[in-house]
Amino acid sequence: MISGGITKFAKAHPDKDFRLMVKEAYDYALRDVPRFSTDMIEGAVGSYFSDHFTRQLKAASMVQDYLGLCPRPSKRIEGGGATGGLCFQSAWEAVASGRMNCCVAFGFETMSRVNTWKGNEFIALASDTNFDFPVGGFYTGYYAMMVQRHMHEFGTTVEQMAMVSVKNHANALYNPYAQKAKRLTVKQVRESPMVATPLTMEDICTMSDGAAVCLLASEEVAGKVCDRPVKITGVGSGSDAMRMADRPHGKVILLPHEREADYAHLRYPGVHSFRGGRTAAKLAYQMAGIRNPMEQLSFVELHDAYTSSEIQTYEDLGLCKYGEGGRFVESGIPFMPGVDYGLELPKQGRLPVNPSGGLLACGHPVGATGLMQAVFAFWQLQRTISKHLGNDTLQVKNAERGLIHSHAGTGTYITVSILEAAE
Amino acid sequence: MTEKGTILYSVDPLIIHDHYEIDYRHSYAEDSPFFIGLSKGKLLGSRCTGCGYTYATPRSHCMDCGAPTAWQELPLTGRVHTFTTCHYGGEAFLKETPFTLILAEFDGADTLLLSRLKGIEPEAVRIGLPVVARFAKTPSFRVTDVWFEPDHPHPSLPPRGGG
Repeated sequence: MISGGITKFAKAHPDKDFRLMVKEAYDYALRDVPRFSTDMIEGAVGSYFSDHFTRQLKAASMVQDYLGLCPRPSKRIEGGGATGGLCFQSAWEAVASGRMNCCVAFGFETMSRVNTWKGNEFIALASDTNFDFPVGGFYTGYYAMMVQRHMHEFGTTVEQMAMVSVKNHANALYNPYAQKAKRLTVKQVRESPMVATPLTMEDICTMSDGAAVCLLASEEVAGKVCDRPVKITGVGSGSDAMRMADRPHGKVILLPHEREADYAHLRYPGVHSFRGGRTAAKLAYQMAGIRNPMEQLSFVELHDAYTSSEIQTYEDLGLCKYGEGGRFVESGIPFMPGVDYGLELPKQGRLPVNPSGGLLACGHPVGATGLMQAVFAFWQLQRTISKHLGNDTLQVKNAERGLIHSHAGTGTYITVSILEAAE
Repeated sequence: MTEKGTILYSVDPLIIHDHYEIDYRHSYAEDSPFFIGLSKGKLLGSRCTGCGYTYATPRSHCMDCGAPTAWQELPLTGRVHTFTTCHYGGEAFLKETPFTLILAEFDGADTLLLSRLKGIEPEAVRIGLPVVARFAKTPSFRVTDVWFEPDHPHPSLPPRGGG
């Protein structure tokens, strides 16, 4: 990866259509690699989630021409919430296979064109429209059911979930790209309006308009145009049944640092865990040579559409064992060092998770989200957070290896990519 | 578009109202017997003819071994595997809030069924709660023709949720 750009995520950008949003992110990325020329771009992959939100089929073609990339190869990737992560990996495939020396990954979403509850309806159409949607199609409801089961199996508490919200919203105070930065207390998270028990408004990410762009290139091109390229050393992805009701109950898929005995009594994944996420992590770790993610990662940007799914994802990624996600956040491990959260955090900052503020605070313009994570991870590994965010509070010191995680539906498509600082 | 006139929200940038609706001819295709079953007060799951895996939400081929499944009647009583009460929802369901969603589990079935739970205060819902299926008198041939209510003859909870 040689460069990246993001528009500020916002509730609405009525003054910019999706083409102009992507153009802004694209131009930002180009400005950051002055020795690079757009002639070097051999193709592009575009991502946006919903034709309903966009109300323009083939919208990625309109971005392709707006950016001046015609007649070069292009396609659209769609995969629910993981659209951005899948787009990133698709662009990586184009370069890694040798098909292209340089490929642009661009993503966007314009969610502001309908009201929030219509938007929720559109998103819920990404659940089985025969068996799930008509019952009361609502993604927050689906995630609420998952975490009820997580609480039942493992004793996870609503206060632990609220700590994720406190963390990510506070991190975003130092990220000017974020939509919803604020200082919160656990009490405020719990006292905000209940959406679907036990998830409150502050446990849930918001809808956004936004765009993000990543420039990926072969090592040869990267070496010529970029002073500090970032290497993509691992990609993995996984899937699960569309209907949550269809999730089996079997054995845990183990990571290298786990043993079968760790999970003698756990029936997996049920609705409390994401085997697609675990599979994605396992494949990415294998490729990147990661034996122990806690020891070998410097930071994680994961898909926290809900505070509960951040906790579930700690476990899928093997940052802690299944069932320990609640205690993991309580320990302070996933918080940023040097930020005051107003919480007692004994192990604060050992492995920052969502230093950017994540989806909860940055917003979730679906097609852009997974690429936004890649851009933040890229800046972390280039150690240029201060340059791009205007302050270095969120710079993870000595960041060497980062993980980005993008997640769709109730865990139906999940991607994990590992990025490393060039030596 | 049948709209007459234009609703203007703003001129800089120019923002107008844009209406969109559409009707579909929707076939339940191979899943049709499930929806017909609801109109007869039956819950039809499916059982794999190869490996015996039993789906509470039916599918015509097994996602484990790929063999065809056969229709199998499920018991009308089950338990709450997990639940939530929605105070907001998609626009189509906002007027129905608050409503309680459950994943129901059944003896003899390996998977679950998403449905609504009625006839109980949200605070009283628990994992493991015995529930019984109820059916709409006038079928709409939608999955909402079935919902669940607490199964009162068995008020005591099992020691922990099954499944």
